[in-house]
Amino acid sequence: MKVLVAVKRVIDYNVKVRVKPDNTGVDLSNVKMAMNPFCEIAVEEAVRLKEKGVATEIVAVTIGPKVSQEQLRTALALGADRAIQVETDEDVQSLDAAKMLKAVVDKEEPNLVIMGKQSIDTDNNQTGQMLAQLAGMPQGTFASEVEVEGEKVKVTREIDGGLMTVSLNLPAVVTTDLRLNEPRYASLPNIMKAKKKPLETVSPADLGVDVAPRLKTLKVEEPQPRQPGIKVESVEELVDKLKNEAKVI
Amino acid sequence: MSTLVIADHNKGELAGSTLSVIAAAKAIGGDIDVLVAGKDIGGVAEQAAKADGVNKVLAADNDAYGHDLAENLSLLIAEIGKGYSHLMASAGSVGKDTMPRVAAMLDVAQVSDIMGVQSEDTFVRPIYAGNAIATVQSSDSVKVITVRTTSFDPVAAEGGSASVESVDSAHDAGLSEFVSEELAESDRPDLAAADVVISGGRGMQNGDNFKMLESVADVLGAAIGASRAAVDAGFVPNDMQVGQTGKIVAPNLYIAVGISGAIQHLAGMGDSKFIVAINKDEDAPIFQVADYGLVADLFDAVPQLEEELKKVV
Ligand SMILES: Cc1cc2nc3c(=O)[nH]c(=O)nc-3n(C[C@H](O)[C@H](O)[C@H](O)COP(=O)(O)OP(=O)(O)OC[C@H]3O[C@@H](n4cnc5c(N)ncnc54)[C@H](O)[C@@H]3O)c2cc1C
Ligand SMILES: Nc1ncnc2c1ncn2[C@@H]1O[C@H](COP(=O)(O)O)[C@@H](O)[C@H]1O
Repeated sequence: MKVLVAVKRVIDYNVKVRVKPDNTGVDLSNVKMAMNPFCEIAVEEAVRLKEKGVATEIVAVTIGPKVSQEQLRTALALGADRAIQVETDEDVQSLDAAKMLKAVVDKEEPNLVIMGKQSIDTDNNQTGQMLAQLAGMPQGTFASEVEVEGEKVKVTREIDGGLMTVSLNLPAVVTTDLRLNEPRYASLPNIMKAKKKPLETVSPADLGVDVAPRLKTLKVEEPQPRQPGIKVESVEELVDKLKNEAKVI
Repeated sequence: MSTLVIADHNKGELAGSTLSVIAAAKAIGGDIDVLVAGKDIGGVAEQAAKADGVNKVLAADNDAYGHDLAENLSLLIAEIGKGYSHLMASAGSVGKDTMPRVAAMLDVAQVSDIMGVQSEDTFVRPIYAGNAIATVQSSDSVKVITVRTTSFDPVAAEGGSASVESVDSAHDAGLSEFVSEELAESDRPDLAAADVVISGGRGMQNGDNFKMLESVADVLGAAIGASRAAVDAGFVPNDMQVGQTGKIVAPNLYIAVGISGAIQHLAGMGDSKFIVAINKDEDAPIFQVADYGLVADLFDAVPQLEEELKKVV
């Protein structure tokens, strides 16, 4: 079966972001960028399905500026067979991303789409669910276990109270949670090989999607700083302060 | 202007998160109706009708909604939601799962995890793990919103007297089926709503050592949380993870034990009123947000803490 994996280029999760002084956004100049960690988990899951003989082809797709080809090359080095870039310099919001992915799904007809549950920049947690709706597919969000069983996929999901397992008709969308797997690193030979794998570029217009942001960011600010705290010397002092100063116990 | 709030509930009880979503809806203004969907939810609907500020409760009692399957629930919400200007749910696992499908069906954006309301179309929300706060304005005719419940003080659970109407609509998309669930059983307060939370990290070393935190939690009536590292290592179940991609908590008192304070963890607890950190590394970043920091080996400090607390609580 064919698996489509959506990967997004985001700020590296180790970078401490800075809000721009003019409050129009965060400063992304000269910061390290990387594949969204949940998308790494998505790629890893697809590769494992291929290693198990369940998946036969893995197609990685991203929507973003030219440089996001770096993340597609990473996906190819990790084991994707080919890649599609929807190239745009616009700010792509989740609904637009989902519409473009829907167009790619219509063309590629994958049996399974694996995506991250959340981008660590916008923290939206929407795109997979939106794509599933637009494509008329069921969804297994926040997945910690994925098992393809014939015409269905069984997905164990991390929910507020614990775990829930659902069985979905294929084709389906799965969004990854942290416990699904531990992504591997790309080896040097595979990074070299990835340079020769096919990477196709299309535009949003080719897909018939008009990128029209519905949400306007009016301003971006630093969070309220916390008052600096103190170090206490002992447990007795701690409990005394909690009781008599903070009055929280 | 009118808002449809999608209620959270479990085991036949209205969840407290719903009262915070109603509070957020109140901040927007206009009439507030509440949709309760599920199987055997008559009691929940009655409870929702008593919540302060509710105009009408719509109760959709049907097998199709019994397990919160997003494919089915989203069809119901899109149908019942017609005519409302705002559709709102908590940013819990059901809201996150379902609302984006509703938004896609209506061809509108979703505003996720709002922590403030500025006007009927302008909302405040955290981005980049809460390291930046964005004010966003929606140009859509219907606003689909999930709410960070810790940012809104709940409305009173009693005092209202809304009418309850039953909704006779059964949407089974036929795409997905419930197989099983494994829910954590606990007599402790709900992590996301507790007044006191004590969390353990990788420094706890194993799941057994969490018993030390349980003893302290017993004294304080606290909920127990964890860092991602502690969950990944299998010390405790996934529903205890606090952070950017886990649960958001904002108790009066948060005690972090053997947790370094990575930004992803701070994103989930940084709005707590008082933060205590116990860590043997005096340079651990958690101390930068802690009101009271104790540099100590947790295996000495936590049992002592239990003893000292017993004297005063
Ligand atoms: C996409 C993504 C999402 C993430 N989401 C989350 C999330 O939601 N929540 C979350 O928590 N993390 C999240 N993380 C992980 C986060 O980056 C950190 O790796 C994690 O929070 C570290 O957990 P920790 O503090 O328990 O472990 P560590 O960083 O290893 O810290 C352990 C601490 O324990 C202390 N210690 C050890 N032994 C003792 C002792 N005997 N006494 C006292 N102190 C001791 C050490 O000094 C150290 O500070 C995420 C990461 C990514 C990439
Ligand atoms: N621009 C994009 N290109 C490719 N995939 C995306 C893009 N935006 C979102 N996604 C996918 O959707 C997931 C969830 O993103 P979000 O809804 O933005 O939090 C990501 O982990 C990706 O798998």
